[in-house]
Amino acid sequence: MKFLTTNFVKCSIKTCDATTESFPLKYTNCELIQSSQDFNPDFILSMLDRLDWSALVKVAQDLGNSALPPVKPEGEMLNDVNLLQDLHTLLLETCITEGEMTCQHCGHIYYIKNSIPNFLLPPHLA
Amino acid sequence: MSEDFTMDESLDPAQRELTYVHKVYNEIAEHFSDTRYKPWPVVTSFLQSRTSGSVGIDVGCGNGKYLGLREDLYMIGSDRSSGLIGCAKDLGKEVMVSDGLSLPHPNNRFDFAISIAVIHHFSTPERRTQAIAEILSKLRSGGEVLLYVWALEQEKSRRGYKEGDPQDVLVPWVLQKKVPKRVKQVQRRKGDPKPEPKTEEQLRIEAEEEEKRKEAAKDETKFRYYHLYQKGELEQNAEAAGGIVVSGGYERDNWYAIIRKP
Ligand SMILES: C[S@@+](CC[C@H](N)C(=O)[O-])C[C@H]1O[C@@H](n2cnc3c(N)ncnc32)[C@H](O)[C@@H]1O
Ligand SMILES: [Zn+2]
Repeated sequence: MKFLTTNFVKCSIKTCDATTESFPLKYTNCELIQSSQDFNPDFILSMLDRLDWSALVKVAQDLGNSALPPVKPEGEMLNDVNLLQDLHTLLLETCITEGEMTCQHCGHIYYIKNSIPNFLLPPHLA
Repeated sequence: MSEDFTMDESLDPAQRELTYVHKVYNEIAEHFSDTRYKPWPVVTSFLQSRTSGSVGIDVGCGNGKYLGLREDLYMIGSDRSSGLIGCAKDLGKEVMVSDGLSLPHPNNRFDFAISIAVIHHFSTPERRTQAIAEILSKLRSGGEVLLYVWALEQEKSRRGYKEGDPQDVLVPWVLQKKVPKRVKQVQRRKGDPKPEPKTEEQLRIEAEEEEKRKEAAKDETKFRYYHLYQKGELEQNAEAAGGIVVSGGYERDNWYAIIRKP
């Protein structure tokens, strides 16, 4: 799972929908790999537009990266190619291959195995 | 063809889908994935018309053949079948295992969605409507989803379903097996001493082995549950789910519709 995807997944239990704690999930015991992708600055700019920045900062911290600015870069800052390149590396090239994702509302743990997150619920929770 | 197999009627809708949809897709995953590579024109043109930089989901993505059709969109695929998601992963797609009725995504975030040949696998009208509502809940206001379902009206197709036929059917999938090789007879050359004639016991054993071999080589047939959609029914479900029908039509034995979130 690409790092970018962590900004688009949450707990799949219906009763957690209304809470803000079900997103982002908390990432622990994760193994990461870097896999190189073509750099497209315009694509990163579009993604930046779509991102929940505070969720991104939280997940980055879970994974040991505290280098992100606390507020979403905007205006002049977006002309900085190095910034976009760094975001590219983080969002698209960083992948979680193994790990656990915990809902901060209900405590349910979801697993990532072989780079595939599994959000299926046991029958009593579905 | 489906008449020689009847569904266990005692199952509740979720168990029915587990037995006649989810288990089957896992069993046929690899074979199924090998047959899925050609994109359908309506799906391609829906994806082509998205704004560059849009973010979307493909619900019931199977082996993910629509993911990455355009490099300037970010698409995430999900499917109930871990077998098919494994195939998608091996093809380099961004995918996860999840159920269409409880999607693991934040609400109101996505620009678009597709769900191709999936909704017809839910076994009650309520669940089909619920599945559409679940997808709509993930879209931002004004976001659009393309839905595709198998049509009842497909008289010219191989299966020949038509108006007036039952709409809830089990459709066979023939799983071809690799045929075990027959044990080769030793070739006799001129001058070789004549072999001893086979005893009755030997002949009986050989015949039995041959029988076993044929049995093992038989193709296995798996049955998948489908609800065959009638003209107008997909639009009805979509409106009941709170969506606005933008357009729709018929393509190659399927009904499709583009639904907008208000
Ligand atoms: C006919 S295949 C279509 C796959 C893909 N969309 C395509 O067009 O090639 C139907 C897919 O729906 C998936 N599916 C069925 N029920 C589902 C559910 N409740 N949640 C998620 N996926 C489901 C199956 O696992 C299967 O991959
Ligand atoms: Zn939860």
